[in-house]
Amino acid sequence: MTDELSTLADEYLRSPRSLAFLDLGERLRTEGRLEAAVRVTLAGLEHYPTLSAAHDLYARILVDIGDLDRARGIWLRLLERDPRHAGALKGLGCLDYWSGDFDGALDHLELALSADPTNRSVVQALMLVRDAADTADLDAETGASSGQHVFRGLDGAGRGMLLADRRGRTLGGRLETPDRGDASEEAAAYLAAAAREAARTARMLDLGAWEWLTVEAGAANLHVSAPDERSLLLVTRDRSVPAGRLARLAERAAEAARAWLEGQQL
Amino acid sequence: MSDRFGEALDRITRVGGVLGALLVSAEDGLIVSDALMEGVRGPAVAALAASLARRCGLVAGAADVGVIRFLHLQGTDGILTIVPAREGTLLVSVGSSEMNVGLARLEMLRAVEVAP
Repeated sequence: MTDELSTLADEYLRSPRSLAFLDLGERLRTEGRLEAAVRVTLAGLEHYPTLSAAHDLYARILVDIGDLDRARGIWLRLLERDPRHAGALKGLGCLDYWSGDFDGALDHLELALSADPTNRSVVQALMLVRDAADTADLDAETGASSGQHVFRGLDGAGRGMLLADRRGRTLGGRLETPDRGDASEEAAAYLAAAAREAARTARMLDLGAWEWLTVEAGAANLHVSAPDERSLLLVTRDRSVPAGRLARLAERAAEAARAWLEGQQL
Repeated sequence: MSDRFGEALDRITRVGGVLGALLVSAEDGLIVSDALMEGVRGPAVAALAASLARRCGLVAGAADVGVIRFLHLQGTDGILTIVPAREGTLLVSVGSSEMNVGLARLEMLRAVEVAP
């Protein structure tokens, strides 16, 4: 038994009715001691039958055991009580992914990210699923272009123009940052959430339909728009490009995107 | 701080097309101070503006463009603008599609800069 596990076990034994079972159960699970994890977690659930974290833990243990149906059932019931439970949404997203349902996985993981935007494990899961979905899409599209040439000929193509779908998957273009290089995947994920919020805000405040969004930031300006009902466009330029000129550039990029998207549907 | 912004909010609402200006807590979307025309739903504006600013902050973070200085949401029938202010607040203005965004932006940035 590792020192940490031993400490957690001691803490649990000192007060078996406390919430110490959560940490111990999680640790047992990650160490692959699944029978012990089940025992500890079920004992904890006897004391805390409505504790969402305990049900979430139990579902993850069931996944490790291979009982995916029961895990799904637990997470679905959790969502009935709390529709924004990030753990349940992430769990269901993973189950969808493993069953090959990429759309379902993306839906669940997007919601999980919306519920917990700083959860790195959800971001990583989203990236994994998007890659898989993109690969599947490319496999299905004979002769389709890779999306790297959507904005060919436009100023900033290849580093500051990104086309994404409404689920936060990259469709084409590229966003580069000075420090991290290609930031397309992460930006696309957050872009979808921001666009949804913009649309909701416009609708609820009687501002009409959302048209676009500009963000002036310390190092650069961003312009977000929707070339069509299924896609989102992010154009970024350094602050030397005024907002009005950025909007013009974004219009041209949107035209290029629409032409490219129409070509993809042929 | 809300008193210090009261005058600034009034100035912003005098810009053409502006229907209201608010100082909002960025964290919970609650109103700190406001100057609104009749019919403007202040609490809804505050909550939605804070939420939108958070989402856009995540995009800005992913794009590595630094801290947001000004945000402009354009709708077919109206406009929402946001400027992050001090002490975890947001300066927000809402207006019709005729709103003079350039002037409102200047007033908002000025209000944030002069605030002690």
